[in-house]
Amino acid sequence: MSALEAVLLTIITASTPLLLAAVGELVVERSGVLNLGVEGMMIMGAVTGFAAAYTTGSAAIGVAAAVGTGVAMALLFAFLTQTLAANQMATGLALTLFGTGLSGLIGQTFTGLPGVKLGALHIPGLSNLPLIGPVLFAQDVLVYASVAITAGVAWTFTRTRAGLVIRAVGSNHHSAHALGYDVAAVRYRCIAFGGVCAGLAGGYLSLVYTPQWIENMTAGRGWIALALVVFATWTPIRVAVGAYLFGTVWIMGLYVQGIGVAIPSQFLSSLPYLVTIAALLAISGNRILTRVNTPACIGQTFVPDR
Amino acid sequence: MKLVLEKRPERSRTMQVASPLLAVALTMLLGSILFAVRGIDPLHAIYVYFISPLTTLWSVEELIVKVTPLVLIGAGLAICFRANLWNIGAEGQLIAGALAGASIPILAPQWDSALAIPAMLLLGMFGGMVWAGVPALLRNRFGANEILTSLMLVYVAQYLLDWLVRGPWRDPQGFNFPKSIGFNDWHLLATFGDGRVHLGAVFALIAAAALAVFMARTLMGFEIRVRGEAPRASTFGGFSVPGTTWFCFGISGALAGLAGICEVAGPVGQLQPTISPGYGFTAIIVAFLGRLNPLGALFGGLVLAICYLGGEAAQVELSISEKTAQVFQGMLLFFILTCDTLVRCRVRVEWAARRTSPAEGRLPLGIGSASSRTADAGEATS
Repeated sequence: MSALEAVLLTIITASTPLLLAAVGELVVERSGVLNLGVEGMMIMGAVTGFAAAYTTGSAAIGVAAAVGTGVAMALLFAFLTQTLAANQMATGLALTLFGTGLSGLIGQTFTGLPGVKLGALHIPGLSNLPLIGPVLFAQDVLVYASVAITAGVAWTFTRTRAGLVIRAVGSNHHSAHALGYDVAAVRYRCIAFGGVCAGLAGGYLSLVYTPQWIENMTAGRGWIALALVVFATWTPIRVAVGAYLFGTVWIMGLYVQGIGVAIPSQFLSSLPYLVTIAALLAISGNRILTRVNTPACIGQTFVPDR
Repeated sequence: MKLVLEKRPERSRTMQVASPLLAVALTMLLGSILFAVRGIDPLHAIYVYFISPLTTLWSVEELIVKVTPLVLIGAGLAICFRANLWNIGAEGQLIAGALAGASIPILAPQWDSALAIPAMLLLGMFGGMVWAGVPALLRNRFGANEILTSLMLVYVAQYLLDWLVRGPWRDPQGFNFPKSIGFNDWHLLATFGDGRVHLGAVFALIAAAALAVFMARTLMGFEIRVRGEAPRASTFGGFSVPGTTWFCFGISGALAGLAGICEVAGPVGQLQPTISPGYGFTAIIVAFLGRLNPLGALFGGLVLAICYLGGEAAQVELSISEKTAQVFQGMLLFFILTCDTLVRCRVRVEWAARRTSPAEGRLPLGIGSASSRTADAGEATS
């Protein structure tokens, strides 16, 4: 395996969790809900994914557990914000704080244990091609899933009725309600979808990226995913581009540390967070792009009049 | 079955006081159920968690040590959240304050003067303010989301602290441990009692009281409240949006920075890679438990400090992980938010599926639906 191949492979594994989490949050935000609990759902997905895979020996069961946990956490958020009309920012923060605490508690008995790695799925014929074969066609199933989900979301938003309804609910929940759409039901589904994606992203970390459980192993990736959605101005394709840019930055930081450049490692480790801030600035300066795509009702609570 | 919310015309005064208490009670209830499931006597566990920290002088002093940073940060955050500004990076501001303040005892350890402590405290507040000023600047100048920028800076601050204590500020005689030199006596805060409770506790009381008066009695306090509750009205009133942003971030950052320098010049006594068990994040819960009122932060801080200490006690007495404390804190915030709904809304349970038919006559101003009106008319004529 050439050095370039190795770098490209690590970039893909670093970008996939960001892409999964961000594309899920994109759907949630397009429906007018801001779920700040991505980090919490991810870390819970990571710990339960690891725990299930370790106990059963099957990575597939681990992935299923991660998804299940992500959805359960998301539904908790949905119940508070949609059924009980609680403040979305605060509830999202609560989800993250709760998830971080609970994952630490659950993961205590699993720290330092060898994990189960999700195997790669070779696509016959194509995976033998030089360079692009191993990079593009010999990945694990979640990498393909992340691409498929992104494409599916892009297609849904631009080509289907369901996508229109979600956008309508996110742009103006009063009008959508008046037209007879059940705002809360649409949002429940979108939030649950966000939970699926965040759970997958967390599972990816503990089953593929570093197949073991380390406390706080998400390291702010859930928050970076939130920033990515803003950076991508709520469009799926740009989310994918952004996720891969960030994955590259993340890996470059590690890579430069690896070859022993005389920069303190802490500066390189904080690079992804500084780049996130820079990316937010770059996009926020562009008022037209942000104005056009920002879901108008984002973060607002909707209680139908009765 | 369906839960239906009905907006109350006025916020319920009873619930405003009762909701935090109810949230604490519900957390204890769910907690004891979870303990019982794991085969631990729930009553004993709740006693260990929530009552035992209040029973000995030692633990009460320890409680005050933990309440101090929580109240300092929580009171500041309460003001931010009131203005609908989401500063969630208080943990980073705490670290920045600690670093700025600790520069004196580390870089000038021999400077023994009555001015040293005040200078450290001011530098600490300044450091926190600068760290919080960044998201405020980015929001005012570029419209960047303050939630994400303030949080990202937490990681940056943690790495900065890590670099300093492993690099330039490491104690040369410290056997390569990642620690700064221990602060000299004249660079430590005055203490009370057995020497754990420090001057920071007084600052916390003053801060909570002063901010409560500020919010209730000053124009800026009013602007902050209007901005949070009716942003459009605040624009019509000509209140400056960047102004309140600067102010809220400045004050909450300064208080988080003060909490940081009080921690390192108090119970910690030096710089080390971890100087706070997540006070900056827990203070978010403190602010909400105090119903976003600076004085309420005293109550919130007390409850969460008990939770921290109870977690440590539970580890010793019940041999369960101290991490359960964090789970309790998360649960508590969920319950607070649930109970806050009761302040704004009445919750009704509808058992049968509700059919929305025109015959129900739900139109405003007592205009009934067509069918009911003809029925009334029929009765009148007969």
